[in-house]
Amino acid sequence: MASVVLSRLVQAVPSVLGVTLIAFVLLQASGDLTTLLLPAEASDEVRAAFRRAYGLDEPIPVQYLHYLSRLAQGDFGRSFAYNRPASQVVLERLPATLELSAVAMAIAVALAIPAGIISAVRRNSLFDRLSMGVVLLGQSVPTFWLGMLLILVFAVQFQVLPVSGRGSLAQLVLPSVTLAMWLLALLARLTRSGMLEVLSQDYIRTARAKGLGELSVTTRHALRNTLIPIVTVIGLQIGSLLGGAVMTETVFAWPGIGTLVLDSILKRDYPVVLAALIMVAAGFVLINLLIDVLYAYLDPRVKRSA
Amino acid sequence: MATAQRSLVLESAGPRREVRGHETLRRLGRIRTGLVGAVLLALVLAAALGAPLLAPYGPNEQALANRLRPPAWASDGTLAHVLGTDPLGRDMLSRVIWAAQTSLSIAGVSVLVAMSFGVALGLLSGYYGGWLDAVTMRVADIQLSFPYLLLAIAVMALLQPTLANLIIVLALRSWVVYARTVRGSVLSVKEREFVEAAIAIGASDLRIIVRHLAPNVLAPIIVISSFQLAELIIAESSLSFLGLGVQPPTPSWGGMLSQGREYLTTAWWLAVFPGLAIILTVLGTNLFGDGLRDALDPRLKV
Repeated sequence: MASVVLSRLVQAVPSVLGVTLIAFVLLQASGDLTTLLLPAEASDEVRAAFRRAYGLDEPIPVQYLHYLSRLAQGDFGRSFAYNRPASQVVLERLPATLELSAVAMAIAVALAIPAGIISAVRRNSLFDRLSMGVVLLGQSVPTFWLGMLLILVFAVQFQVLPVSGRGSLAQLVLPSVTLAMWLLALLARLTRSGMLEVLSQDYIRTARAKGLGELSVTTRHALRNTLIPIVTVIGLQIGSLLGGAVMTETVFAWPGIGTLVLDSILKRDYPVVLAALIMVAAGFVLINLLIDVLYAYLDPRVKRSA
Repeated sequence: MATAQRSLVLESAGPRREVRGHETLRRLGRIRTGLVGAVLLALVLAAALGAPLLAPYGPNEQALANRLRPPAWASDGTLAHVLGTDPLGRDMLSRVIWAAQTSLSIAGVSVLVAMSFGVALGLLSGYYGGWLDAVTMRVADIQLSFPYLLLAIAVMALLQPTLANLIIVLALRSWVVYARTVRGSVLSVKEREFVEAAIAIGASDLRIIVRHLAPNVLAPIIVISSFQLAELIIAESSLSFLGLGVQPPTPSWGGMLSQGREYLTTAWWLAVFPGLAIILTVLGTNLFGDGLRDALDPRLKV
């Protein structure tokens, strides 16, 4: 077990370093920081003094090492706009994004898996055709457009749900459904095809032959074996879920990381943008690490191959 | 070869025949949806290529007297602007058609860039293995596990949102898919007898890669390209929606939708038609890809 954790940790290091490097290169490429931070009429001496004070006159690789050591101490720079540590600004917005993503994930799983099972068991039935049609649409609709349509229908036309904001349960409905749709489509399709594959296996025939009821065959034998690849996919899709969250937040003015990043871009508050990028990436690597370890725990074969 | 033999064996095994019949029917059905996809895609392509002829107005022709006109069938709509006009009095139908040109060409070029890069890396790392393979696959792993959109947003925001940068950022999303699939195919193809034979008669590495390996990875490349096109159309419109992709006044579906969001409560047509254009294009491309996959390589999982 310890060896699995260790080997995954070692593998995670280049990922995190890679992001910090990207963030650093982006910051360098975005132009001369003194033109961004100092007033236009600042003299050359003032600019030079500023560069010295912030270590901007040192060679680029040295600057990167300094940057890394600051990051390692939890110092993500100061937000220009809020004049507070950038990490603090990002962390404040984290709960909103997590809430939205978690609710969307729950909706997707709760609807997609039963729908996929019914579609597979009642293959080519009306339900199967309808749900596969919805799946096809769900995978072709851009998240942000779905959000706008839902606003048009439920907030503008029928006025049953609020347009935007966060606070009440009603405000959570449209954003979370919007974000859930795409994942729902993906999971329903995977559950259906996975179930179809498993249902044609010999051990299912055996289970039926020994007189088990259909319900037991479906849930105890077929579903359990279908769920393994689905859990993998859910883990792999957390990144896309986050991307979708950024779009969804923008449409519904949901005060999470996504809207923070976009606001900060408009204000040219780059420390916040990069802090968000690095912190999300690191959180991400951590989640994947946990999933890997969980796997090794659940499936002994993984442990041996690691 | 081995799988072809196996399916022959399956077919000759009596009790399975009924299942195979269903399978064939299903496959036919899928290919028919592939045709629907092809037709949709052809329509969008025709709109993009024929924009100068088809669009009633130029993409940025303004008629301020006709600002925010609803579509023709609404009470104060006008037949001069079938899908209505935007806040600057530009014709929505014309802009949706011109934007097809923008979106398809950007996504298309990005797919080509990603393809060239990804296929080359996949061929090389699959054939040679070693450090190149290790590094490529590691980078691919890292990138796949990442919130791509956040990265794309950061890159486009800190660099200039130029067309070239947009294409690079989009290509960055797709190369991994090509590299991984091609590498996988090469790994299995290079064990086959004809490659051994080529090595035995002293063919150069370049000749083996170009003449023997590349043709064998063609089918998955074609199928992937169609799905990636759909993927990148959505990615481009998402970035443009956020103001980080195609810059105004160039018409793009995403850019039009971001204007539509501002007028969501008063002018629904601004938000509906560009979105319909995206969904028809992406749906068509996805269906076409499904059909291609079933026709070329049903076992391919992409």
